[in-house]
Amino acid sequence: MDFKGFDHPDRQTAGGTRSVKVMIAGGFGTGKTTLVRSVSDIKPLTTEETLTQASVDVDDLIGVADKQETTVSLDFGKIGLNEELVLYLFGTPGQERFWFLWNGLFKGALGAVVLVDTRRLASSFRAIEEMERQDVPFVIALNVFPDSQDHPVEEIRDALDIPENTPVVTCDARDRNSSRDVLIALIRHLKERSDSALEPR
Amino acid sequence: MSGPRRPTDPPGLERYYVLTGGRSGPGGSASTLDVATLIISRAAAETGLQHEHEEILRRCRDPLSVAELGAHLGLPFNILAVLLADLLDAGRVEARDPIPASGAGRGPDLALLEEVLSGLQRL
Repeated sequence: MDFKGFDHPDRQTAGGTRSVKVMIAGGFGTGKTTLVRSVSDIKPLTTEETLTQASVDVDDLIGVADKQETTVSLDFGKIGLNEELVLYLFGTPGQERFWFLWNGLFKGALGAVVLVDTRRLASSFRAIEEMERQDVPFVIALNVFPDSQDHPVEEIRDALDIPENTPVVTCDARDRNSSRDVLIALIRHLKERSDSALEPR
Repeated sequence: MSGPRRPTDPPGLERYYVLTGGRSGPGGSASTLDVATLIISRAAAETGLQHEHEEILRRCRDPLSVAELGAHLGLPFNILAVLLADLLDAGRVEARDPIPASGAGRGPDLALLEEVLSGLQRL
């Protein structure tokens, strides 16, 4: 077997490279793309999925012409963690009602960050609900905007009805180190969950 | 006669229909593709292949995620998945799905989480 013209079939870099993914969720305008941009090694890109709403059984109810097309976009970035492991960050589409149409959007993700704008708590309710429903482990990151009031974390935990064992951290999504720390908080949380899952009962 | 791609290529749905030969979703090997799945070329981008197939083989000499491929080629995920299915079935590319935090019956992957953590801490 001779692959003529295929210059490096055994290139080492392709050797064992694998990927992991983390979802960045939250309501519209909470800073998902900002966070992806600040921590990514590459300029964030956008990938799309074209969804045919004919698969959703609502057309007859509202009498709209069938086969409406909807495009759902994911902004994403990547971080080279080491020579053989790449982390992809995907900002979820703002319209949570379309999430279920993108099959397996959260499947295979290590976990998720749910960004919250403390000036508009309600905008992230739906994202939190979806994480719980799809059983995706997550941390809450309060994105501190310049005119955000100083809310004690516990007050916000109560308002959003976040379980005690789900971490709530604050961040500035524009800042690389701050965004990285949110990801670190997520991975630590995943490890702690693992530790407690491994403990004998 | 196949000249370079012109801006007069059919737009939107028409173009996708042509690209995929009318298929709307991948079957078999590509049905588990994820946006974070890495694609790696396993064959040369020989001439005579469909333009998009050739382009995929060229871009994936180094591992590239399905999401990046979609962004670079300007193709939505489901259309790209159909093209990737062709290449997977022909053994021209390899697909590596993202590693989940825990595998079926294998429990949480602590070594993986540790690796991710130390990578992030080095940033």
